[in-house]
Amino acid sequence: MTTTTADTRTAAPLVRLTDAGKNYGNIIALQGVTLDVGASEVTCVLGDNGAGKSTLIKIIAGLHQHTHGTYEVEGESVHFASPRAALDRGIATVYQDLAVVPLMPVWRNFFLGNEVRKGPAMDIAAMRKMAKQELLDMGIDLRDVDQPIGTLSGGERQCVAIARAVHFGARVLILDEPTAALGVKQSGVVLRYIIQAKERGLGVIFITHNPHHAYPVGDRFLILKRGRSLGYWKKNEVSMGELTGLMAGGSELEELTHELEEAGAEASALREVAQVFEQEVAELHVGGHGTPPSGNTEARGDPTQP
Amino acid sequence: MSQTVDVGTPPAPARDERVARKSPLARLMTRPEIGALAGAIVIYLIFFIVAPPFRDANSLASVLYVSSTYGIPAVAVALLMIGGEFDLSAGVAVTSSALVASMLSYQFSANMFVGVLVALVVSLVIGFINGYLVVKTGIPSFLVTLGTFFMLRGLNLAITKIVTGNVGTNDVSNIQGFGAAKAVFASEFKVGSVSIRITLLWWILFVLIATWVLVRTHIGNWIFAVGGSAPSSRAVGVPVNKVKIGLFMTVGFMAWFTGMHILFAFNTVQSGLGLGNEFIYIVAAVVGGCLLTGGYGSVIGAAIGAFIFGMANQGIVYAGWNPDWFYFFLGALLLGAILLNNFIRLRAEASR
Repeated sequence: MTTTTADTRTAAPLVRLTDAGKNYGNIIALQGVTLDVGASEVTCVLGDNGAGKSTLIKIIAGLHQHTHGTYEVEGESVHFASPRAALDRGIATVYQDLAVVPLMPVWRNFFLGNEVRKGPAMDIAAMRKMAKQELLDMGIDLRDVDQPIGTLSGGERQCVAIARAVHFGARVLILDEPTAALGVKQSGVVLRYIIQAKERGLGVIFITHNPHHAYPVGDRFLILKRGRSLGYWKKNEVSMGELTGLMAGGSELEELTHELEEAGAEASALREVAQVFEQEVAELHVGGHGTPPSGNTEARGDPTQP
Repeated sequence: MSQTVDVGTPPAPARDERVARKSPLARLMTRPEIGALAGAIVIYLIFFIVAPPFRDANSLASVLYVSSTYGIPAVAVALLMIGGEFDLSAGVAVTSSALVASMLSYQFSANMFVGVLVALVVSLVIGFINGYLVVKTGIPSFLVTLGTFFMLRGLNLAITKIVTGNVGTNDVSNIQGFGAAKAVFASEFKVGSVSIRITLLWWILFVLIATWVLVRTHIGNWIFAVGGSAPSSRAVGVPVNKVKIGLFMTVGFMAWFTGMHILFAFNTVQSGLGLGNEFIYIVAAVVGGCLLTGGYGSVIGAAIGAFIFGMANQGIVYAGWNPDWFYFFLGALLLGAILLNNFIRLRAEASR
């Protein structure tokens, strides 16, 4: 496995951090992070709790400013004063817990802050129609965009928030742990959505601590640990197992792998039963025994590849 | 951990189960006004049956008049509550506004409309201060406005005593411009044999405007949003602080209007007036389906809530019942409405 970051850079990507860092007083929260996000690319930022993921997205999203290195948007060095300033450059952030207002209808949420106006009033019919169509384009078919968004599942709510950012001209999407609170199936919905955003030409920064979610959708991977970058790879330079290993850290992982492989035998047996079952009773959902801990995701039905 | 709500799969096979999930009745049940409307019909029928004088058209006009004097401030209180905040100072702010207009015009022998306009500015400033303190300090509006409530109550009495040497103001009916002001704020007209107070028309107008703003404009969208989740609203660029301050100032405006009505209906103002009315505005809003926690409700509901209050207030008299029971009735109504609202909200937020 190569740990170099050279030769992966293109000319003036949408977002580029070079050796960026952030100090809070004398505390070094983030140090030496180099990152490129191009159009139609998913860059995954992986790291355990406290690794500096939040600090990194806050810098990119304009909530905080970097104290070291450079931050460029399309080749131009920037220091965003507010999230609004970042938004104006097409950098939108979807926070896990701040995505939507649960009691409001889907369409009102979708256009919140960007209402379509017709004279002094809103063009409600157009907004309903656009929200429905935009969600349909992204694979969410809602019978009724008037239902409170709180009645949707967690995954769907994340998807509406993402669709909203896409619709309002985001070119770089920052997704803050969008799958963290979701079940397996729901995560699959969000991951599929990330692919859709990518296919539409957006650059996506996908923050997660789950390599099983990151690897299938990612093009590049940045691993953070204790505020430092452990490395930055293209997909063909690193394997799923290596990613997991780097996140957990060498020797601890070997033990863990050993344990998991034993458990994995059982899990694959279960999987066979499940597959047979699924074929016979297509409408029943037999999945949901958790992520099989064997480490080879390709063998498992990858929810993101139709 | 089977997920029952799976709409994630692209173009949808699961249509049937979703249709079944929401019957027309359930949809009707989620309207915020529905509980209040049902309650209003029941209460109207009860008084119609037990109190013969209640059936008279003039009685209905007087019920509507009483309803309008509480319903006008309740319009703004409902908007504020949907925006996630309270205003306990609204009741005494009505009196403050009337006192300012009355004393200013009387003491300076100024045209009545000078007092009216100064009172408007004072009321808007009170609203602004309430809102500014709430959004800048992050202290719950319940506490902030409790503070301003006591301060206004003290100011009303103290300043009135200093200026007039009395607890009430002098009669302003001889001041220039009184007639015109009375025509705007406190006149009556006849429809057939029924005498209608102009506040009823103003009330209807305010309810219509507020409903239109709330449901049809982007401002209304923002009001729902800041009440439903202020951080989420801020994250998508809604000016949360401006919306909240604007709502407090709307309460100030309606308090001013009600204060002007009281002044021109009675010619004098007692400085102790208005105490406790803030709760009646809140009751009207809550009975009308506004959630105390914000983000949900309706101005029409608050109007129905005020109408229920007016019916109960007058109906007990027409029925010859002991009016001592009135507040017990009001409290029971409030509890019932809160239980109903809780139930509705749980439904709306189901499957989170």
